[in-house]
Amino acid sequence: MSEAKRPRLAVWKFASCDGCQLSLLDCEDELLALAGAIEIANFPEASSAISDGPYDLSLVEGSITTPHDAERIQMVREQSKFLVTIGACATAGGIQALRNFADVNEFISVVYASPHYIKTLETSTAIADHIPVDYELHGCPINKMQLVEVISAFIAGRKPAIASHSVCVECKQRGTVCVMVQGTPCLGPVTHAGCGAICPAYRRGCYGCYGPMEDPNTAALAREWQQLGKTPRDVQHAFRTYNAGAEAFLKEGQAHGN
Amino acid sequence: MATKSIKVDYLARVEGEGALDLHIKDGQVTAAQLRIFEPPRFFEAFLRGRSYAETPDIVARICGICPIAYQMSAVHAIEQAFGVTVDGQLRALRRLIYCGEWIESHGLHVVMLHAPDFLGFHDAIQMAGDHAEIVQGGLALKKAGNELLRVLGGREIHPINVKAGGFYRLPTRAEMAPVAEDLKRARDIAVDLVRWVAKLPFPDYERDYEFVALRHPDEYPFNEGRLVSNRGIDVDISEFDDEFEERHVEHSTALHSVVKRRGPYLVGPLARYALNYELLPQSVKDLAAEIGLGPVCKNPFQSIIVRALEVLFACEEALRIIDDYDPSQPASVPFETRAGVGYGCTEAPRGICWHRYELADDGSIVSARIVPPTSQNQPSIEADLAAVASTMLNETDDRIRHRCEQSIRNYDPCISCSVHFLNLTIHRS
Repeated sequence: MSEAKRPRLAVWKFASCDGCQLSLLDCEDELLALAGAIEIANFPEASSAISDGPYDLSLVEGSITTPHDAERIQMVREQSKFLVTIGACATAGGIQALRNFADVNEFISVVYASPHYIKTLETSTAIADHIPVDYELHGCPINKMQLVEVISAFIAGRKPAIASHSVCVECKQRGTVCVMVQGTPCLGPVTHAGCGAICPAYRRGCYGCYGPMEDPNTAALAREWQQLGKTPRDVQHAFRTYNAGAEAFLKEGQAHGN
Repeated sequence: MATKSIKVDYLARVEGEGALDLHIKDGQVTAAQLRIFEPPRFFEAFLRGRSYAETPDIVARICGICPIAYQMSAVHAIEQAFGVTVDGQLRALRRLIYCGEWIESHGLHVVMLHAPDFLGFHDAIQMAGDHAEIVQGGLALKKAGNELLRVLGGREIHPINVKAGGFYRLPTRAEMAPVAEDLKRARDIAVDLVRWVAKLPFPDYERDYEFVALRHPDEYPFNEGRLVSNRGIDVDISEFDDEFEERHVEHSTALHSVVKRRGPYLVGPLARYALNYELLPQSVKDLAAEIGLGPVCKNPFQSIIVRALEVLFACEEALRIIDDYDPSQPASVPFETRAGVGYGCTEAPRGICWHRYELADDGSIVSARIVPPTSQNQPSIEADLAAVASTMLNETDDRIRHRCEQSIRNYDPCISCSVHFLNLTIHRS
């Protein structure tokens, strides 16, 4: 493929831990081949060579938490033909969306001695709340092989093959004995697949870092948790982590207290 | 009156968002400010009321590059509050998982982020055109570190297997064996990498830093030790506030830390190495001697050599621990929750990561304080920038800008952690 025809990639960061864009650098076996197939035009974490847009593919990490970022994401959309949000921050607001249930000014005063230096929004919101998004890749962090699949599918002009079932299916595929039947509360039945069902394989319950699957029955799972001895507060906390702002988890969290 | 300002609006090859302002007036640097505008995420506020059991998972999300550092400092603090001691093999396995993080993080920084600066490349992919073996080796190192994290931690980024009391499950011998094979290859790559980075062209620059690191009587530090400096600090980690102070400055969403009585200090590889050189294995000391690096290095640009030496150390330490590994031992120790205060301080790849938690009877968090390494280094980075820039004021803005960016990357700053971003503005007046 000639140099001029390689699609141009940009990677953008908003409020986040950097882990999802690090996933791209963690593709140790694929990185150099990937750099041959696409032009890495704007990826500040990896390169000081930054070329102007427009870009064919933008990967967006992080959530919108400041007035400046709310404006910046509009500019990113204008420069991007196809825009993919990566990770729980970008797709659901991330762990920092816990401020949405509290008073952000009180939060600022807990962390900073001079609150008037800090400019922040009252909420942390997903990218899709601000601009149209072409594809969302879930996970906290995303699975790097799924990221490679999304980029490969984009280059080939096809739909990414990303399963939408629950973590339960991945446990079956992996041959892991259900932890729930052994008395360990698990969010696997309502959580989007993609991680490979890691937590149950390490004998702990899934904690929902890939966010809700399609049409999850969260209320039924919450009842099971309570039968296993968990309090409403425990249940609320379980739904209020990295995907607290995702609709199904947001609603179930609200059903168990303020 | 000659006035000038130089500006870098978005610093590349660092983790997070930052910028730099340099003010020059009448041939002197009047101000060097590392502006961090990474949006604040308020971890210390939303941790309140959450369970100790969720804490290692939550604090990992402060940083995707060094989640183990946050998990380790948190579990040590929680265990101290509950009066739990984790020793024997579990203690060794915590060192082992930390080895994985140092290898992964240092491998990334040395080869992919820092080395291109010295040779005039924009990035490692461009560098691979002329130095394919080095880049391939760096990727192999990163992969070995990540593989260790995956096997012992469950996954590379935000591992899931760390908890107060130990681990959820110990890997089987069959899971661990391939990791050791990768680490043996990684050790050989690390030796070659040390020799290669030692020959990079280094600016002739030294500063008399106050180095701060953990020191342990028997080990190069990961999880435990006293807080010490080369200017006489020697305190328990619970006495951090007696010696250090966090200040909130307008140009940064990261709090700045200083030694109360003196000012800026440096944490990370240069400090660990200077304060713990004697505790390195003979093989690492011999290689340092071979390349002509003494027991103290005050040139921040040479931190790349010390990182490479620490990768070698981490490979050897990991192999030693895996050699003694017995998967039949318990994965964790039992404990009861109780009200109390606990402190944790461990050596993140970038330097000490200090935590303090107050816990209630039921194990929920009453208050949390987290001091990440990059916010501690920020005043020292600014002092380096002023000093480095003042030696080259007659040069072009582009050259000053490049050298300043390089000076910041010397610290492997993790700005997401410290806010917790970089743009360089040089104001000449």
